[in-house]
Amino acid sequence: MNRSVLPRPDLERPALLDVHNVSRLYGPDKGCQEINFRLHAGEVLGIVGESGSGKSTLLRVLAGLEAPDAGHVAYHSANDDTLDLYAISEARRRALLRLEWGLIHQNPRDGLRMGVSAGANIGERLMALGQRHYGQLRAAGQDWMGQVELDPGRIDDAPRTFSGGMQQRLQIARTLVTRPRLVFMDEPTGGLDVSVQARLLDMIRTLVRQLGLSVVLVTHDLAVARLLSHRLLVMRRSRVVEAGLTDQILDDPQHAYTQLLVSSVLTP
Amino acid sequence: MNGYNFAYLDEQTKRMIRRALLKAVAIPGYQVPFGGREMPMPYGWGTGGMQLTASILGSDDVLKVIDQGADDTTNAVSIRAFFQRVAGVETTTATTSASVIQTRHRIPEAALSHGQILVFQVPIPEPLRFIEPSEQETRLMHALEEYGVMHVKLYEDIARYGHIATTYAYPVKVDDRYVMDPSPIPKFDNPKLHMNEALMLFGAGREKRLYAIPPYTRVESLDFEDHPFEIQAWDECCALCGSETSYLDEVITDDAGNRMFVCSDTDYCMTRRGEVA
Ligand SMILES: Nc1ncnc2c1ncn2[C@@H]1O[C@H](COP(=O)(O)OP(=O)(O)OP(=O)(O)O)[C@@H](O)[C@H]1O
Ligand SMILES: [Mg+2]
Ligand SMILES: [Zn+2]
Repeated sequence: MNRSVLPRPDLERPALLDVHNVSRLYGPDKGCQEINFRLHAGEVLGIVGESGSGKSTLLRVLAGLEAPDAGHVAYHSANDDTLDLYAISEARRRALLRLEWGLIHQNPRDGLRMGVSAGANIGERLMALGQRHYGQLRAAGQDWMGQVELDPGRIDDAPRTFSGGMQQRLQIARTLVTRPRLVFMDEPTGGLDVSVQARLLDMIRTLVRQLGLSVVLVTHDLAVARLLSHRLLVMRRSRVVEAGLTDQILDDPQHAYTQLLVSSVLTP
Repeated sequence: MNGYNFAYLDEQTKRMIRRALLKAVAIPGYQVPFGGREMPMPYGWGTGGMQLTASILGSDDVLKVIDQGADDTTNAVSIRAFFQRVAGVETTTATTSASVIQTRHRIPEAALSHGQILVFQVPIPEPLRFIEPSEQETRLMHALEEYGVMHVKLYEDIARYGHIATTYAYPVKVDDRYVMDPSPIPKFDNPKLHMNEALMLFGAGREKRLYAIPPYTRVESLDFEDHPFEIQAWDECCALCGSETSYLDEVITDDAGNRMFVCSDTDYCMTRRGEVA
């Protein structure tokens, strides 16, 4: 697969996220600290690092789910406001997550409603936005099942009758159906068989490109990071130790930890 | 009187409940917690409704109690007898003569008028409970108007049955703000909630929540544009009074399994037959 077909991020428009000195620590060096970066529209930013390095903690802070101990996150919203994520009300934050953002969990069960059909899962965010036409909800459900390579004929089946890989596709369809401006993914292909992972990654890559999504992607898998992200943050013990363009970092790592990470994964 | 305070509850409890009721009236459809008291009956008997009735009852009031649509079921008779005994109030079966009507499953067929109060006994006050077990979370969902899941349930009905299969406790939106469970009334009665002249109060004893629909409040049943809300309809009319517009119960008339349809609202049916007690 050729990385060069990823569209370029838009550097002209204001940044989507501006992260200033963010820290959220559960203990010394446990969590994330002194994090600074900017996410541009149309950009896929990978956050990599070993287990426990603080990737998920940082993602939760960025997604408005966990208040930082220090620092702030500025989000440039669809209606051109710049919002200080933790200065606005919880109501506003939850509305952002519902209306402008998407969140894809590692375990699809955390992101799906297991008690209702695939179609209801895909329709929920549309209904939350005020869509009140059953026929249109159903059409959107079928369309999105097709887009994530699920059989639209199974629209009335419960998620539990789907395999893990299919559930992850369903979660992606459910999240992307409202065309979120910004998507947070935490290990979207973790926990799946390698063969299933490859196809899923390919599909995510295609959707990211087609929809021009802006994504913050957490993964401990450098191959996943290489395939999907424009830029990387490398985390170790709660800090970003190296940041830059994906190719640069993976082909010519500067920090000793990144060198170790790259060599341990990528050497045959 | 019998060693009981008027209407059984002590005055301090009544004041506390009335304060909660004022809040409920001020925020139509919003569930107000209240420090409920034990009533001398088990929860399934409508203790939430009884505490509200006890708190609003005055000596001039005329009380009617119905269970389903009937005044003469065990439950209705015993609640009526209870308030007769502890409050000495006049009771009635006539909808039009009552100033307070306590009910479990129905809204009377006769139009209610300004000044009347309808008190509902509510088993499960939280319309979001089916999807979200946490009370803290459902309160937040109400506060943030996160009501998408209510339509998920209706969507699922249509996907499964081809139509919205919910027939009672059919969810409504009150004054374009709060989603509310109208208690286990049939959806047939939902349109009566809309712009009703009477004050409607809802009390849940076990969960200690009360809520209200003030007179002339907009109440809308949730639906889809292409699957609009519809009430139940029957091919038959009432076998006793011939009504074609009332809510009908099917009753089995003999051992041979013969059946007929009759009004669930006994007062309405008898009034039409000229047999008012
Ligand atoms: N809610 C919490 N309470 C206490 N400690 C926590 C909490 N969440 C995370 N931690 C700790 O913070 C550190 C970072 O955890 P985090 O989950 O962010 O790492 P991660 O990089 O996502 O790891 P993994 O790749 O295993 O998912 C870990 O030491 C973890 O034990
Ligand atoms: Mg993690
Ligand atoms: Zn009749």
